[in-house]
Amino acid sequence: MSASTERFRNVRASLRLWGETLGVLVRSPNGMIGGALLVLILAVSLFFHLFYIKDPLAQDLLARLTPPFWQAGGSLAHPLGTDNLGRDVLVRILYGSRVSLMVGFASVLVACGAGIVLGLISGYYGGRADSLIMRVADVFMAYPFMLLTISLIAVLGNSIFNLILVLGLSDWVTYARTIRGSVLSIKKREFVMAARSAGTLNRGILLRHVFPNVLSPVLVLGTVRVANIIIWESGLSFLGMGVPPPMPTWGRMLAEGRVYIADAWWLVTLPGLAIMLTILSINLLGDGLRDALDPRLRNIPR
Amino acid sequence: MGRYLLKRLWQTIYVAVGISVISFFFIHLSGDPVMLMAPQDASMAEIEKLREQLGFNDPLYVQYWRFASRAAQGDLGVSLYHRVPAIDLIFQRLPASLELAVAAMLMALVVSIPLGILSAVKRGSVWDVASMLGALFGLSMPHFWLGIMMVLLFSVTLGWLPTSGRGTLAQLIMPSLALGLSLMAMFARLTRSVMLEVLSLDYVRTARAKGLKERVVIGKHALKNALIPLVTVAGMQFGFLIGGTVIIETVFAWPGVGRLVVQAIFSRDYPLVQAAVLVLAVLFVSINLLVDLIYLYLDPQITYLEQK
Repeated sequence: MSASTERFRNVRASLRLWGETLGVLVRSPNGMIGGALLVLILAVSLFFHLFYIKDPLAQDLLARLTPPFWQAGGSLAHPLGTDNLGRDVLVRILYGSRVSLMVGFASVLVACGAGIVLGLISGYYGGRADSLIMRVADVFMAYPFMLLTISLIAVLGNSIFNLILVLGLSDWVTYARTIRGSVLSIKKREFVMAARSAGTLNRGILLRHVFPNVLSPVLVLGTVRVANIIIWESGLSFLGMGVPPPMPTWGRMLAEGRVYIADAWWLVTLPGLAIMLTILSINLLGDGLRDALDPRLRNIPR
Repeated sequence: MGRYLLKRLWQTIYVAVGISVISFFFIHLSGDPVMLMAPQDASMAEIEKLREQLGFNDPLYVQYWRFASRAAQGDLGVSLYHRVPAIDLIFQRLPASLELAVAAMLMALVVSIPLGILSAVKRGSVWDVASMLGALFGLSMPHFWLGIMMVLLFSVTLGWLPTSGRGTLAQLIMPSLALGLSLMAMFARLTRSVMLEVLSLDYVRTARAKGLKERVVIGKHALKNALIPLVTVAGMQFGFLIGGTVIIETVFAWPGVGRLVVQAIFSRDYPLVQAAVLVLAVLFVSINLLVDLIYLYLDPQITYLEQK
């Protein structure tokens, strides 16, 4: 068999695998609901400014602490009410979604990127590089994640860039370990040995044969981690260490609203609901993906 | 077993060294540490004198060695803000944080394990669907928001529970529940899936075929094996809880280490932050070691594999 037909077969096999995966995902109600919800949230977050035109920073001190429209005193001018400075809550929640989603996805990309590279090196080459990377991973794992990010943000300063960098780099270990584990088992499989005996360079084997086969656990892991990072970003923001003002974020809205908890329930409730809805959609999608990609779970009778 | 212990001990040692290195550089990351420690109106000459006095002119490895050897003796520097040894402040606040973490963990375990077993045994029932849906929501809520919502309901609206502070049992309920709910959700899901896996194994079928009561099969045969992954995850999560009470302590004005750290960060009291992070990380590592030892006791297979 020539190299090109073999590669063709590989590609076809991997396409079939992904097709099957998509099939299972489509049949999983959780995954579908979560995926649809997430797509909706992303679409709203990207395009709301075309339909709901308001300045998230505009203050209207005469209309401060207006309740949502369905309550006495509320009006459709501010559908979800206003905060203590008379700023529109709905538009601030919508702008907040951009921060959360961007930090969430970008941090996971950073973590994934670092974890994939280090995990592949560690698992494939082994030896000294492996033990060095794994020792460093142990140290990182020993640092409580929250404290690590809080203290790093504290010294580096809280820009959106620093936030993504710190959250991403604090989180690479899980990816690296997962990838390393998969690589160790894949490396001994026949198709890798065949590629090696055919004279394929290490880099080629890594990119073309090993990497595609370790992607699925990373996809599941990454999805779940986006949810975690978004929760954690809102926590940092709540503590005053998130994206700096005046950019509205869900966490800061909660922190500011907490002062008015007795008078304005919507200020502490609605941004939290936004976080929960987002996380819920991601978790549902993650559950669906895991069922679809983990054949071991697929075979458990339902 | 001896080899495994030795390996684990060695791991703990190099992790501790790694942690001390990161903690050491932490202060240098923030820029010139002397500028932070000097009074705002200090002259250049005074700053230079302070630099010499504090040893910041020495080579880095000398400085690290001094830091590490002092740290090993329990001297973690002096808080710039409180003007007392940082370690005293931390140990003063640590019991409060531990109390919160233990309460959250206990609450999570007590509720989640029966819930998970029930869901697995009565798979597909209303119970199963309801508790797994509940778990999904529990996992999707930021714990500090849950805390705020509880304050809104139980303190502001109903007036049942105090909003903040520490001392009475009533004050412990909301913060520990808020902190524990996501763990509860996580453990319930884990217990369910592990139980499902175990219940489909041959030895459970054998036990059932022997005519054992279902209660014995589940409670004794299945649960014992299902507990092993639960212990690992619970142990790791307990470690995370130690450093993870930061936000909830802020929400409920709980006088723990987390709040101390946040206040220290805002007053730019970096030696205190450095010391707290170091202490908590060491605590985290020790807990993980302890969990591994428990694990070793529960799962003799590990020792067996190591010997082979």
